Amino acid sequence: MPEVPAAAVERVFRAEYGRAVAVLVRAFGDLDLAEEAVQDAFTRALHRWPVDGVPPSPAGWIITTARNGAIDRLRREASRPGKYEQAARLAAHDEPDEEGAVHDDRLRLVFTCCHPALAPAARVALTLRLVGGLTTAEIARAFLVPESTMAQRLVRAKAKIRDARIPYRVPYEQDLPERLTSVLAVVYLVFTEGYAASSGDALVRADLCAEAVRLGRLLVELMPDEPEAVGLLALMLLTESRRDARTDAAGRLVTLAEQDRGRWDRALVAEGQSLVRACLRRDRPGPYQIQAAINAVHADAPRAADTDWRQILALYDQLQAMTPTPVVALHRAVAVAEVAGPAAALDLVDPLDLPRHHLYHAVRADLLRRLGRTGEAAAAYDTAIALARNGSERDHLRRMRAGC
Amino acid sequence: MTKYVMSMWQPDGIVPPPEVLEPVMRELYAMEDEMRAAGVWVFSGGLHQPDTATVVRFKEGEVFTTDGPYAEGTEHIGGFTIVDVPDLDAALGWAKRISRITTLPIEVRPFQGA
Repeated sequence: MPEVPAAAVERVFRAEYGRAVAVLVRAFGDLDLAEEAVQDAFTRALHRWPVDGVPPSPAGWIITTARNGAIDRLRREASRPGKYEQAARLAAHDEPDEEGAVHDDRLRLVFTCCHPALAPAARVALTLRLVGGLTTAEIARAFLVPESTMAQRLVRAKAKIRDARIPYRVPYEQDLPERLTSVLAVVYLVFTEGYAASSGDALVRADLCAEAVRLGRLLVELMPDEPEAVGLLALMLLTESRRDARTDAAGRLVTLAEQDRGRWDRALVAEGQSLVRACLRRDRPGPYQIQAAINAVHADAPRAADTDWRQILALYDQLQAMTPTPVVALHRAVAVAEVAGPAAALDLVDPLDLPRHHLYHAVRADLLRRLGRTGEAAAAYDTAIALARNGSERDHLRRMRAGC
Repeated sequence: MTKYVMSMWQPDGIVPPPEVLEPVMRELYAMEDEMRAAGVWVFSGGLHQPDTATVVRFKEGEVFTTDGPYAEGTEHIGGFTIVDVPDLDAALGWAKRISRITTLPIEVRPFQGA
């Protein structure tokens, strides 16, 4: 049975919106014009495809239609100086895009959306809007802000791109490490926002994780030689594989040690582990790759008791050498507790300066509880409960505190 | 091409001694020569301390002249450089160099219609 045209438009929209916007931005150098033209093209598709049938190359149809629409609009506005010449020049050179050029266009768009001159929240919103094709309403819902706030955030970010001339280009070689870090951080932020359980609509949250994974796959496709992009994708897949197992039937949080490992998504585990192995072969480690490797070690253990904590500790040693932050030291201490006991771990945790970090107090509480120092443990749980922002995490900490 | 002003933000009241300032200025001048050679330099200059500033304002048909900087803060603009470059990345490239030489934060702002 042929696909229903409206469903085809929807599918093409999700898959090709970012690509189409990217091509149009390169052609016209104007984000708003590109977005409007692409949206108009999809509206036309909703009218035309049920009559004419779905074209053989739906993405090509959308891009050509959007480009022609943009040229028409520039001609209508030809009183604005320079616009008519621009339109005429484009019409004269209206050749089909090569696959390689389109590929680069999307990469340029990603780097523009994640430019460090934009506020982090704006980078996330722009990337989801322009590269991911999410609506402003969807992004607002996912980040629990009013739609008008999100709309304004997007307008302001696009105005800065235009006025400050944030370039639409893959960065210079010397800027690439910093810029790549920013791109990967944006995608990982989308993922962790989606993974933070039970703040907001669970379904919207799962969509956000799926979108982050989709963006992660796109980055690997666009930058196959960047091992950290592969590492990030592996990290997200391995974390995502445990989504179903991390809540019980009553919606309560289940810790890694207590999860029913039969409920882990084996396909995601297998893909994540294979990417980790590819990273190991390449031997250019980075923070995302190491975090992915840690998750791969967890995924290797059929039962929690089988976990190779020595290997996990060795990986945390490497991570700490690379990114010596208190948060990494805290996670490393959890591994130390498994290898050398809770007393050794507590010695490492106590001097860390993380007073506002709920996990710091939760880890400390757990170590004190294991050492039989129940009074101190209860006090640490109380602090952790007061600082935790997430409902199911708070409930989990309350249950732990009750066990003291 | 777009013109950007790159303002150097300096803490109030701290005037580095000449033996600290001189090598910094030498490096800055050398970088400005590079800017000129690259054809991006428009203007640059250092300013006297903010207590040398005078404010004039027109209010209810009269002009008032008063002493002092317009805005009191803990930091002031110590100097600035204007460049004419293709885009923000190019401007940021120069700003990073100024920041590295002076160890001061550099604010980069685009000019309108330039």
